[in-house]
Amino acid sequence: MATTPPYAAGRHAAADPSPAQEFPGIAAEVRRSTSARGQADIIVIIGAAVAALSLAALLSTRVLPSAGPGSFLVVAYLAFLALYGVLISLQDDARAVRDRLASVVVHSLAALALIALVFVVGFTFWRARTALGHLNFFFSDMQLAGPLDPLTVGGIVHAATGTLIEITIALIITVPLGLAGAVYLNETRGPLARFVRTVVEAMTALPSIVAGLFILASAILALGLVKSGLAAGLAISVMMLPIIIRASDVVIRLVPGSLREASLAMGASELSTVWHVVLPTARSGLTTAVLLGAARGLGETSPVLITAGFGSGLNFNLFSGPMVSLPLATFVFSRSPEKTMVARGFGAAAVLMALVLVLFALARVLGGRPAGELSPRAQRKRAVQSQRDLARFTDREATRRHPGASAESASDAYP
Amino acid sequence: MTLVMAPVPAPADPPEPARRVRTASSGADRVFRLSLLASGLTVLIIMGTIGLFLFYRGSQALADDGLKFLSTQAWEPDTHNFGIATVIVGTLLIAIVAVIFAVPLATGVALYISEYAPRRLRRTLINMVDLMAAVPSVVYGLWGFYFLTEKIIPLVRFLSTYFRWIPLVGIHDAHPDDPLQALTIYENSTFIAGIVVALMIMPIICSVMRESFTQAPIGEREGAYALGATRWGMIRSVVLPFGKGGMIGGTMLGLGRARGETIAIYMIISQVFQIQPEILRSGANTVSALIALRFETASPFELSALMAAGLALFALTLVVNFGASAVIARTRSGQLSDA
Repeated sequence: MATTPPYAAGRHAAADPSPAQEFPGIAAEVRRSTSARGQADIIVIIGAAVAALSLAALLSTRVLPSAGPGSFLVVAYLAFLALYGVLISLQDDARAVRDRLASVVVHSLAALALIALVFVVGFTFWRARTALGHLNFFFSDMQLAGPLDPLTVGGIVHAATGTLIEITIALIITVPLGLAGAVYLNETRGPLARFVRTVVEAMTALPSIVAGLFILASAILALGLVKSGLAAGLAISVMMLPIIIRASDVVIRLVPGSLREASLAMGASELSTVWHVVLPTARSGLTTAVLLGAARGLGETSPVLITAGFGSGLNFNLFSGPMVSLPLATFVFSRSPEKTMVARGFGAAAVLMALVLVLFALARVLGGRPAGELSPRAQRKRAVQSQRDLARFTDREATRRHPGASAESASDAYP
Repeated sequence: MTLVMAPVPAPADPPEPARRVRTASSGADRVFRLSLLASGLTVLIIMGTIGLFLFYRGSQALADDGLKFLSTQAWEPDTHNFGIATVIVGTLLIAIVAVIFAVPLATGVALYISEYAPRRLRRTLINMVDLMAAVPSVVYGLWGFYFLTEKIIPLVRFLSTYFRWIPLVGIHDAHPDDPLQALTIYENSTFIAGIVVALMIMPIICSVMRESFTQAPIGEREGAYALGATRWGMIRSVVLPFGKGGMIGGTMLGLGRARGETIAIYMIISQVFQIQPEILRSGANTVSALIALRFETASPFELSALMAAGLALFALTLVVNFGASAVIARTRSGQLSDA
């Protein structure tokens, strides 16, 4: 955003010296660098950093009591800000000082956030390494493993299957309903659609424990379902539904209106417009919406805590018996005072984190393109498809010889 | 909805007021529209019944407790002495601490992505922030409990020793000079839980802010530069005022999320049942942590009380969220995406 456009006159002069002859006052210029940072700035930054580190080292070894690595970093950072400001003020005015300091602060906040992310994720994997080293951790459940048993016994296969079953239930419910809801929000106008959109937006921050309580109050207490995988799946669905609708709504809204209108103008019905134009155009974004929603649902603990119960064995029965999920297993294991159980908790968290990362990477590979933009492969596919359509149309034209086909029946014949 | 239009008669009638668009919808279309409407209504019903069911289940406890429900600190439903004063205050305190940490961090990251970062890095950074939002809360909880709680004690001690004059920060019965003082007084506090929650809500706040920052009009940016503004001057006079709605709305969204957070907080705090305003001191409580702690062993009456507490949390979140979406919708940034 900040780069000023390169001076057109300068570029012109550098490429072709003749204008300089035409206008004798203007000397031929070489193209100027518009970069805001020069060599001097880098030297100033390095100088301030070295000085700040030295000052902090001096202070935290000689002056400040009980200095740890944390306070060293804080002191060094503050010293850097002060010294950098002073160095800039030697050659520039106060505005420049404020500009540079703001730049440093913004850069360091961004770095801090990224470090925090890498650190939180890395810490989980690091602490999980003892549990992940045992193969049985991935292939057995906790039925035969007591709290004092070493890591060579027991594993989390029951939690992993539980997670997969519950998220499958949730996806079976939320994907059709969520996409239909998002289409409803976009393809119909009126006060009701607006109201639904407001409610959905407000519900995206539905506290996850409330989703669990709702299923407890409705499905379990009122309808007589027992605590089970199905109940947990329902609770996750309640939580995921607004998230998926919201994200899909945003994506579908970006489908160009001209595409939709072109389809309608060619006589397609609304259903085939949505099915053949709107949804395929937004497919990439919808994939992302669903996958990110699934990643959120996968990691939720509290709805499962309330509705699934905790057990230690593998359970494939949706309708009865406790069905543990990975986050719930992480939570319960890590509350244990036993070191091995805590290690199992970290192991379960690492497996969960890996699942989330896979979903996330998939979302980025499959999706992430704006509406209507195609990958080269999809473009080739689209070309082949339209060739086939053309052939089909000419064929039909030739066989049926029925030029007066109304718009409706033509669109209905379209598969 | 523009549909197949009937052939318009000749443009003879001059002051054509508003043409009636005739929609000739087929049977399939009618079914389609009905099923869309049905799915919209289903969504609405699911969302609407959440409040109803919680109210229905919680009404027994609410009727028993009356207004005392809002003012009682203790939580002893089986002796009919219970209320949500502690947990609501605790929820708000943790949310406020979280927002205090998250907002500057989110502003920094959002500004970096929209203003400072090299163009090719932007996509990666946005992905990283999205990933941060997708990290399960239990993972944040593990980090908070097994890493942060231990490492942050020196900072907490420092703050409580030198900044005890700030209200809510000092610990009245801490004696930093007493070597026998147990360090546990600095653990499991609102402060630590707030920091962990701050990391969890930062991505949400950040993405709302970033969207409104990047939509600051290029003409105004260039105008600021042309008048001689530095980059920071441009940000202060164009980007931040333009993104104010996004900043407020994002913060409110983050606040809503912070209130609803359960598991990470539950893992970190040690729960107390009286209002504990000293944020650095061990002991805190929130509505969702209370529910998570008690629902399993609850008697039917206590379950009703927990449902009522859940209802209170639900209502609080809804109010804040409606406010947030109203603020975001009012900014110019919301309209640009509606292409």
